[in-house]
Amino acid sequence: MFISSQDSPATFQGFTLVMPAVAVGNVGQLAVDLIVSTLNMRRVGYFHTDCLIPMAGNNPYASGKADAEELHTPAEVYTAAELKLAVLQIRAPIIQTRSKKFRQQLKSWIKASGFSRTVVLSSSHAYQRDDQQLQGTSLRYLMTPSLLAASADALKELGWREMERIPAFPGVDAEPRLCIPGGGITKGLYTDGCAEDLPLAVLLLFCSEGDNIPDAFALVNHLNDWLHLLDGQSEEPKSKWKIPTSWSLLFGSGIPPALF
Amino acid sequence: PVSNKSEVFLLRTVHLHWNPEVSELLRAGNKVQCSSFILAVGHNAASFLSVYILASANWDAVGRGVAWNERSRSGTGPSGEGSACVFYRHKDEPAVLICHVTCHIAEDQLFQWTEKVFGYLQTRGLTVTVLSDSSVADYKTADYLCSSSAPFLRSLRSSAFSDQPVCQSLEQPNIITGLPAAVLNHCQVHSIAAVVYQCYSDVTGPDSITMDKYKPVLTKLGRSIQVDSSRSTDVLRNFVRSSEIQSNLYI
Repeated sequence: MFISSQDSPATFQGFTLVMPAVAVGNVGQLAVDLIVSTLNMRRVGYFHTDCLIPMAGNNPYASGKADAEELHTPAEVYTAAELKLAVLQIRAPIIQTRSKKFRQQLKSWIKASGFSRTVVLSSSHAYQRDDQQLQGTSLRYLMTPSLLAASADALKELGWREMERIPAFPGVDAEPRLCIPGGGITKGLYTDGCAEDLPLAVLLLFCSEGDNIPDAFALVNHLNDWLHLLDGQSEEPKSKWKIPTSWSLLFGSGIPPALF
Repeated sequence: PVSNKSEVFLLRTVHLHWNPEVSELLRAGNKVQCSSFILAVGHNAASFLSVYILASANWDAVGRGVAWNERSRSGTGPSGEGSACVFYRHKDEPAVLICHVTCHIAEDQLFQWTEKVFGYLQTRGLTVTVLSDSSVADYKTADYLCSSSAPFLRSLRSSAFSDQPVCQSLEQPNIITGLPAAVLNHCQVHSIAAVVYQCYSDVTGPDSITMDKYKPVLTKLGRSIQVDSSRSTDVLRNFVRSSEIQSNLYI
């Protein structure tokens, strides 16, 4: 459930919510890190749930000694009120048996908060693409009917590709279905969103595990093409996203010199 | 042997068993008065508290926690034998509570354990101190750590903790997980003052040098309870000896 970290509770009415799915390469989560870090978003509360593996650490977006020692939890909500933007960052895996419960907790909170739309940043296993998906851009989108109605023009201008329905078992079962392998709760959120008439969009990239920082940049740039989050910033493109201070030692500690 | 998911779910439920006095208090709808809650997670942390604090014999064992999971050894079954999670209360200062946790609490039980324990405590004015064993293999640093730097202490505190920790704060990009993280999350979200002292050691089992690393914490704990800092490291070695015999595979 959402617990405010401030004296006066935050209001999200009419805001856009951007959240990641814990998915292959953690691309959605890395992209959200870039958004929070670049827009200097303020933490307004915690998403306190028994569905995530507990973890804690100091401020991942610290800009100096002054704000370095601030404790952060597995799921937190940040806002940039001037952009009417709210972001939920998820830093830990979902406990295996609690996937559905977590989706329900998210949906309840989204409905209760009055977000105008929700954008889920996600990813899917590149190696499971079928022949047609191998060609062209690795970006895909999905939109629930209620959001599609409002965003049809923007989508046409962006020229994005909708996630294809493909046969789950080619040769055996030719029925095209929506499959998002490696996407965590992405598919569940989307199908629930359609069923419950939530204005929800999914933006995902095909990728593999590895150094996913370029994927994060790609995803967040695509998101920016639609939501224009950086319009207020004065920097020119490409150098505009600010890497958080916590993005260090992603592949482990320094190497012992005696190894060579 | 279990036959279905709901049975396993019930078996994995965290249970807290209190002594008659505390049970009576809780039954009457009250909470346990607590100004200082000290939690030791891991053998070295628990042994350290045993030597420097619990050895003064002014403590009563008032409760026991049971969290059965796939790593529970036989003898600590769901019915709760075994003493891997024990609560102690000071006889003269009943508002000071100590808890030893030397068993593994699974990922899906951490939140439940924390909510249940804190659900019994009166949290206004409460300060929580957690001592936690960890492996130096989990510590990330740009400069390669040579073995002489371990063991060492790092701290993490909740926003409500206004005192000064006894050691350096945990640097980016390091994080903590497990029970210390679950407790710290709870305290952060509910504005309870809490500090975790994580000891990174290159020794996996009980080790007197690692235990000794927690000594600076005594200066803070000594304000609310009597500590015996005159105890020498030899006493700590007694705690280590009993487990060394089991494995001489890696000398």
